[in-house]
Amino acid sequence: MKPQDPIRTDMVIVGAGPVGLFAVFEAGLLGLSCHLVDNLDRPGGQCAELYPDKPIYDIPAVPVCTGQELVDRLLEQIRPFEPVFHFRQMAERLERTGEGHWRLTTSAGTVLEAPVVVIAAGAGCFVPRRLPLPEAERFEGRSLFYAVRRRADFAGRRILVAGGGDSALDWLLTLEPEAEEIALVHRRDQFRAAPDSVARMRELVDAGRARLIVGQIRALEGEDGELRAVRIRTKEGEIVHPCDRLLAFYGLKMELGPIAGWGLELHEGLIRVDTEAFETNLPGVFAIGDICWYPGKLKLILSGFHEGALMAQKAFRYCRPDEKLVFRYTTSSSELHKRLGVRS
Amino acid sequence: MTIRVHVTDREGQLHELDAEPGWTLMEVIREAGLPIEAACGGCCACATCHVYVDEDWLGRLAEPSEEEQAMLDEAFEVRDNSRLACQIRLDESLSGIRVTLAPEF
Ligand SMILES: Cc1cc2nc3c(=O)[nH]c(=O)nc-3n(C[C@H](O)[C@H](O)[C@H](O)COP(=O)(O)OP(=O)(O)OC[C@H]3O[C@@H](n4cnc5c(N)ncnc54)[C@H](O)[C@@H]3O)c2cc1C
Ligand code: FES
Repeated sequence: MKPQDPIRTDMVIVGAGPVGLFAVFEAGLLGLSCHLVDNLDRPGGQCAELYPDKPIYDIPAVPVCTGQELVDRLLEQIRPFEPVFHFRQMAERLERTGEGHWRLTTSAGTVLEAPVVVIAAGAGCFVPRRLPLPEAERFEGRSLFYAVRRRADFAGRRILVAGGGDSALDWLLTLEPEAEEIALVHRRDQFRAAPDSVARMRELVDAGRARLIVGQIRALEGEDGELRAVRIRTKEGEIVHPCDRLLAFYGLKMELGPIAGWGLELHEGLIRVDTEAFETNLPGVFAIGDICWYPGKLKLILSGFHEGALMAQKAFRYCRPDEKLVFRYTTSSSELHKRLGVRS
Repeated sequence: MTIRVHVTDREGQLHELDAEPGWTLMEVIREAGLPIEAACGGCCACATCHVYVDEDWLGRLAEPSEEEQAMLDEAFEVRDNSRLACQIRLDESLSGIRVTLAPEF
């Protein structure tokens, strides 16, 4: 993709999980504005992706709230600071600019420049779980896919979709009209996808327009990256299912991804920081939340919030080297009230 | 009374672990330093604590919840005796249980 003109801001935050979101607040109180990059399509990180409906009991002064409620409240809390989100893109490259700032380039070609970069990348990017078969790699990107990037790759093909959730069923239903043949493989005859999609899938199966195979993928067959058949273990024994496209949905997992190549000092896959400002070995690059490591680190939302507050103090010095930082309470400061948009 | 847990790792090595009542099977395995990823820390949200339970013990466990089944859907090499170790809470009646770590992915 062609590089775009850089967007300049005070702070670029990688990761819009709870910790990245709260960092917007802490930075905002000090008058700093933020852009956030996340490869998911919405804010909230693990809370929104892994446990939106599960209760959290250890947020101070919030006896209980669900993962999604926490995210919604954080979004409300940071709204006055007008954060700008860049979703569906991965922070890929980090480099120093001539003027000593940082330039971050995303997979979508967005270029952001700021004196401060805050890595709040949690356990890393959510990426699709790959098929754990040794031969899978040979087919990936050619006839085995974990997402649909181009519909044309599937038109007129004999498609096998694997999985029992919404992604699997939605794509089965979407691709059915344009497929030469389509089948669904799932380990049991129960589906956690939306009941309506399940009903529509069963209609297609009853009408003979799709095949349902209850079983698990054992092996892939084919040459030169082109799939010919998939071996499936079923209750009745192993079957060979001929197909030339496999679309597998085994959920998401988290991977450190491109950040690993940014020259940051790591400790067992996490970014080492100091506990005064949560700064990394690169000056002006901070790491907070689950991604950072220091002796005694706890992977709790609470700890990430604290890390964000201290980080913002030092970040201010990079962004406003000539200004003095005055410590103020939100309760009483009219300056902070102005920033928060409340009347004092 | 401590609870005895027998775990076979992916190399076929047998480990005898002691557990306190109330711990989950995943916690016992993780605390012993055996390779169980347990990425979500026991919240039934990752399927990386997948184990095979010895057939003799399978019937003594409570049936897996729908939530556990849904997570097992995202695991690989799932068998009839597959369970998520974080969903098995240990008590004295389970002392002696035998499990095998499922392949990692
Ligand atoms: C099931 C479960 C239950 C939990 N319960 C609790 C609890 O009760 N209390 C508690 O305190 N904690 C709990 N936690 C832990 C808590 O969710 C984490 O501590 C918290 O989500 C960490 O927030 P974060 O913002 O650091 O990272 P995350 O929430 O992981 O967000 C990181 C974001 O960064 C994005 N990202 C990463 N790399 C890149 C990149 N290169 N480019 C673009 N985007 C990127 C990711 O897509 C993700 O959205 C629980 C976790 C799980 C899984
Ligand atoms: S530890 Fe994640 S499902 Fe058990």
